[in-house]
Amino acid sequence: MSDIHTSHDGASHGSYKSYIIGLVLSIVLTLIAFGVVMTGSFSVPVMMVTIVVTAVAQVLVQLILFMHLNTKAEGGWNVISFVFTIGILVMIVVGSLWIMHNIHVNMMLGG
Amino acid sequence: MATDTLSNHDAHAHDGHEHHDASAMKVFGFWIYLMSDLVIFGTLFATFGVLATATAGGPTGKELFELPFVLVETFLLLISSFTFGMAALAQNAGDRGAVLKWLAVTFLLGFGFVAMEVYEFHHLIVEGAGPDRSAFLSAFFTLVGTHGLHVTFGLIWIAIMFIQISKRGLDSVTKPRMLCLSLFWHFLDIVWICVFSFVYLFGAM
Repeated sequence: MSDIHTSHDGASHGSYKSYIIGLVLSIVLTLIAFGVVMTGSFSVPVMMVTIVVTAVAQVLVQLILFMHLNTKAEGGWNVISFVFTIGILVMIVVGSLWIMHNIHVNMMLGG
Repeated sequence: MATDTLSNHDAHAHDGHEHHDASAMKVFGFWIYLMSDLVIFGTLFATFGVLATATAGGPTGKELFELPFVLVETFLLLISSFTFGMAALAQNAGDRGAVLKWLAVTFLLGFGFVAMEVYEFHHLIVEGAGPDRSAFLSAFFTLVGTHGLHVTFGLIWIAIMFIQISKRGLDSVTKPRMLCLSLFWHFLDIVWICVFSFVYLFGAM
């Protein structure tokens, strides 16, 4: 049941191979992030960068290899709505952390 | 006719096949719902990020989190995402028996994940590290619990699809529902990757 679906209409669909690659990549990336924290022999900035990079890579693996997000389907509206949502997320998450950190620092100075 | 999550519609979008367009719209509408769900999780992540150090003299993440336990949870969900992919491939091939088999495997893996999470929550509450202990733990239980609830509803949905496909087979009603469910399930895996990375791994550093 592997690559039989790619020929029907020329569009690329999930294949047995792409799911296997996705699974292997997910497991390897998870183990890298886990290993870096568990060994405890790395500095905090190195651990943080590794965790963020492996997390982003895993999200992309899931989106592209498992959910088959691409710019062709729905005239690209799937991707456009996703990018819009990421923009909102960045505003919410970075904005909250920034504002609350700022308030925290100012409160400490005031007290 | 190939049907596979987000990329199944393009080839047929302009051939005037109304039925296929309706299915494509359904899946796209569900995608928009997932985007709004993503904003909910983003808000919960932001809340957790702000409160991560607000332990009120109580236990910190470093003291509480048992990473090997969480790693097993992560693998259950990762593998269940893969087994759902196998169900999607079986659906493309029109193999009803294989779809049901992979749905059952996915359900068991998802159930194992929820069971481990319930055990972890119970363990924390018994230890006196419940959501009432500190702002950090309130945010932790809200974020991880919201994800766990999503997985639980996903399990109910898988069970319903199992019954519908065994009764109706793979037809124009069950196929779009399976596409939406596969998006939902992979989406929950993505959210969990972020929980594992930014709550557990960051917390254990």
